[in-house]
Amino acid sequence: MAGKPKLYYFDGRGKMESIRWLLAAAGVEFEEEFLETREQYEKLLQGGSLLFQQVPLVEIDGMKMVQTRAILSYIAAKYNLYGKDLKERALIDMYVGGTDDLMGFILMFPFLSAEDKEKQHAVIVQKATSRYFPAYEKVLKDHGQDFLVGNNFSWADVHLLEAILMVEEKKSDVLSGFPRLQAFKARISSIPTIKKFLEPGSQRKPVPDDKYVETVRRVLRVYYDIKAT
Amino acid sequence: DGVLMFQQVPLVEIDGMKMVQTRAILRYIAGKYNLYGKDLKERALIDMYVEGITDLMQMILMFPFSAPEVKEKNIDSIKEKATNRYFPVFEKALKQHGQDFLVGNKFSWADVQLIEAILAVEEKIPAVLSGFPQLQAFKTRMSNMPTIKKFLQPGSPRKPPPDERYIETVLKIFKK
Repeated sequence: MAGKPKLYYFDGRGKMESIRWLLAAAGVEFEEEFLETREQYEKLLQGGSLLFQQVPLVEIDGMKMVQTRAILSYIAAKYNLYGKDLKERALIDMYVGGTDDLMGFILMFPFLSAEDKEKQHAVIVQKATSRYFPAYEKVLKDHGQDFLVGNNFSWADVHLLEAILMVEEKKSDVLSGFPRLQAFKARISSIPTIKKFLEPGSQRKPVPDDKYVETVRRVLRVYYDIKAT
Repeated sequence: DGVLMFQQVPLVEIDGMKMVQTRAILRYIAGKYNLYGKDLKERALIDMYVEGITDLMQMILMFPFSAPEVKEKNIDSIKEKATNRYFPVFEKALKQHGQDFLVGNKFSWADVQLIEAILAVEEKIPAVLSGFPQLQAFKTRMSNMPTIKKFLQPGSPRKPPPDERYIETVLKIFKK
């Protein structure tokens, strides 16, 4: 019997946030269990739920799924957000790969030393404005359609909006110079399921704060600063 | 020339597309050549296995570019993760279903990714499979599959372990 998907993660964005976005975009209600203590985590480990001893973990359709990309692909395919054929899927995978790389720079940001944070901020803005945003601006310009792939709402659109908003949190005017991405942002934000997710009270998580970093370090016992690559 | 969407390689020209992003390329090939399971759930399992193996392979990928003073520590890390985190999962999966292949009793991308990883780790830690009898048998089985056997023979497009020249070339091309 399929109940709602259940997400196991910290009460914060991290690697789970893209999954929250995609479920929300698909209009799928989900439950969450937040990891607050080391004991909870060890219980999950000992119970054998974590295939590679890591979270995110999503219980969905009788499976205990781990590995963010695997989970996202499953959700995208199940809810018809993965294109109509292999070639559209290929394009979606390519585009999501890019936004994934971009968001990767932001993911590690809260765990960097103060000094590295400053450098990383510049890297994020530079990569966004000279590598990633131009690529998506061009895609939208070339076909002139509302959505990235196949003239249909897909995972790629959700992921790009998520990335745009995250970069804007670092530099609010980062989309100046990208008129089509500005229009894209407005368009996708007003899709009913997305609009709902963007409203206060949704399961969208806020920008990571010190409490979040503390919790992750405590639960995973990761007390050193991550090195920015 | 505008051919590299995110200014990066790998680039694979296939079926009229200029594909970048390794995972996207691999998924397309797996999908096209029926190495991606028979339904969504098998695909999910293959994806989970492949992503786990990719995390392990990432350590090996980065290894040639790490500083000499941390190389030994990195080998220990690879050994630790391979023997405590990744190999046990696949040993268990093979033991539990007793089948020849990881997913759905059929050859898939997950099997290819695993044999690649096993061989790559063995190059660093030759006895790494001791303690994993299922994986030893799996390695033999996969190595004997005709297409894989051919790929493992000299003269195939398979590349050797990274050497100084390879590292030099990569660093030279990506130098700003």
